Amino acid sequence: MGMTITEKILARAAGVDRVVPGQLVDANIDVVMCHDVTTPPAISMLVEKGIDRVFDPDKIVVTPDHFQPAKDVQSAELHKRLDDWARRHGIKHYYKLGRAGVCHALLPEQGHIRPGEVIVGGDSHTCTYGAFAAFSTGIGSTDLAAAIATGKLWFKVPASMKFVLNGSLPPGVYSKDVILAVIGRIGTDGALYRAMEFVGPALAGMSMEARMTMTNMAIEAGAKNGIMAFDDTTQTYLRQHLKESTAYQVFESDRDAEYLATETFDCAKLEPMVALPHLPSNAVPIGQCAGRPMDQAYIGSCTNGRIEDLRLAARIMKGKQVAIRTLIVSSTPEVWKQASDEGLFDVFYSAGCVISAPTCGACLGGFMGVLAAGEKCVSTTNRNFVGRMGHPKSEVYLASPATAAASAVEGKLTDPRKYL
Amino acid sequence: MLRSRDDKKTQRQKSEVWPMAKAHVYQRDHINTDEIIPARYLNTDKEAELAKHCMEDLDAGFVKKAKAGDVIVAGDDFGCGSSREHAVWAIRGAKVQTVIARSFARIFYRNAINCGFYLIESADAVDKIKDGDEIEIDYDAGVIKDETSKTKIQFMPLPDFALEIIRDGGLLDHIMKTSA
Ligand code: SF4
Repeated sequence: MGMTITEKILARAAGVDRVVPGQLVDANIDVVMCHDVTTPPAISMLVEKGIDRVFDPDKIVVTPDHFQPAKDVQSAELHKRLDDWARRHGIKHYYKLGRAGVCHALLPEQGHIRPGEVIVGGDSHTCTYGAFAAFSTGIGSTDLAAAIATGKLWFKVPASMKFVLNGSLPPGVYSKDVILAVIGRIGTDGALYRAMEFVGPALAGMSMEARMTMTNMAIEAGAKNGIMAFDDTTQTYLRQHLKESTAYQVFESDRDAEYLATETFDCAKLEPMVALPHLPSNAVPIGQCAGRPMDQAYIGSCTNGRIEDLRLAARIMKGKQVAIRTLIVSSTPEVWKQASDEGLFDVFYSAGCVISAPTCGACLGGFMGVLAAGEKCVSTTNRNFVGRMGHPKSEVYLASPATAAASAVEGKLTDPRKYL
Repeated sequence: MLRSRDDKKTQRQKSEVWPMAKAHVYQRDHINTDEIIPARYLNTDKEAELAKHCMEDLDAGFVKKAKAGDVIVAGDDFGCGSSREHAVWAIRGAKVQTVIARSFARIFYRNAINCGFYLIESADAVDKIKDGDEIEIDYDAGVIKDETSKTKIQFMPLPDFALEIIRDGGLLDHIMKTSA
């Protein structure tokens, strides 16, 4: 019996020839991602236990992002704990304000993600990096503390589900729409504890940025990781972004690997999707919800705050005015600079948007655009739970940057295809 | 600044007995970490602070009505969403004894084990326990006694490796013990 790509990477990391789903393995960790919410408690735990050490200061990547720049005294204290610790241990890849960005956009962009590696991070959307044929998964603070101190973690090898994406995306339909359709079909626990492996011709036409939007949301179906095979697009991206160690190992699923289930999608038939409150799985085609009035549009986050997302939004807003509060939040300083160089900020400014520094900000209801009771926001983020972006009685509608931009212009949920 | 978390508490499910623990039943699936502890409170990791807002966006009255040792009962996929261990700390800080659910989200489940907090996965219990029932849990035997309806419900104890971590008081203590 063959193995899946997920199984092969975990076997490699555990130093064994083969693993099977359900097996517990002790895996060596290649990269640990640390941010400002879950890492400070992990640091305190290590200090309390008297094991204030790091397994390898070169393999830990630190970027404050959630409440960055500090939104209040308490978050400033979190940042200070993170900062003291990073300096004390000589963490090599420490992105401070000015270079800090939303973690899952920053790490691949700065060349910290390599195929075949095991990456963990104190954040549920760490599954994003699976777009690079790597195994990556989110963990809590205790796991993070253990990973920081020992460079190892226990894992239960997940069974894999295969998602075959056939056809190619019609105009106005993006990878965000595909992943919303996938989660809409299988539900928020449709892949609970499993690996979601995406394959098929539709992927070939997607940039790495677009692919990351999909693996980013694997957790929204309950998955342990999302993963995609290595191809030319991956290789080109890595050539442009890897800085130091440029060697990596490529694994692929065997033909006779075993899958718990296979789901097939005809992407050519997809329409722009919107996930209605309060679950990412409440996904409906735009035709079923167009016209609902919105109070705010949010374009940003680790899901859709990359340069091509901003380009797309600008294309739609060019020469128009937004009808509602609209926030543009680049996910990293590099994206910010690029958007500025390309003149996108002029378009956003003229349209009446506000342009923010890179931060998680309002994506998790932190700051910079939180919602009042009863307000509705069309957002390019990944989660629309109760209270996610502010008041528990506010509502979040998840959509692609194109749909969010078109909706910003009209002040109500809008099919972006008429603007393309 | 160190956390105020009291490590001795991690083993309390094994050592402490709570007579008359009340069940707070939420017959809903996908109760998520944003409802358990909203992100607006994540600027702290102090358990006592987090506990004040436990379950706030699901049931704003929860903290007032829950007594030490009470139990949360819920449907499928409890704890889905963010990786914030703050969700486990808020629940533990509110002195909730355990959560009984049909199923748990992966990261929440793992976080609980790692902090030495015992969770019970049992569809049978979720079907039988009614809101307000008084229950008693024998973790070693894997039995929940519902005193109100006079029923006994069996549950599958956690797997051995998880019990080992919980017995050692959580993952970090377990690592220190096993790598010593
Ligand atoms: S942008 Fe949102 S989803 Fe992404 S890491 Fe930040 S808070 Fe989490």
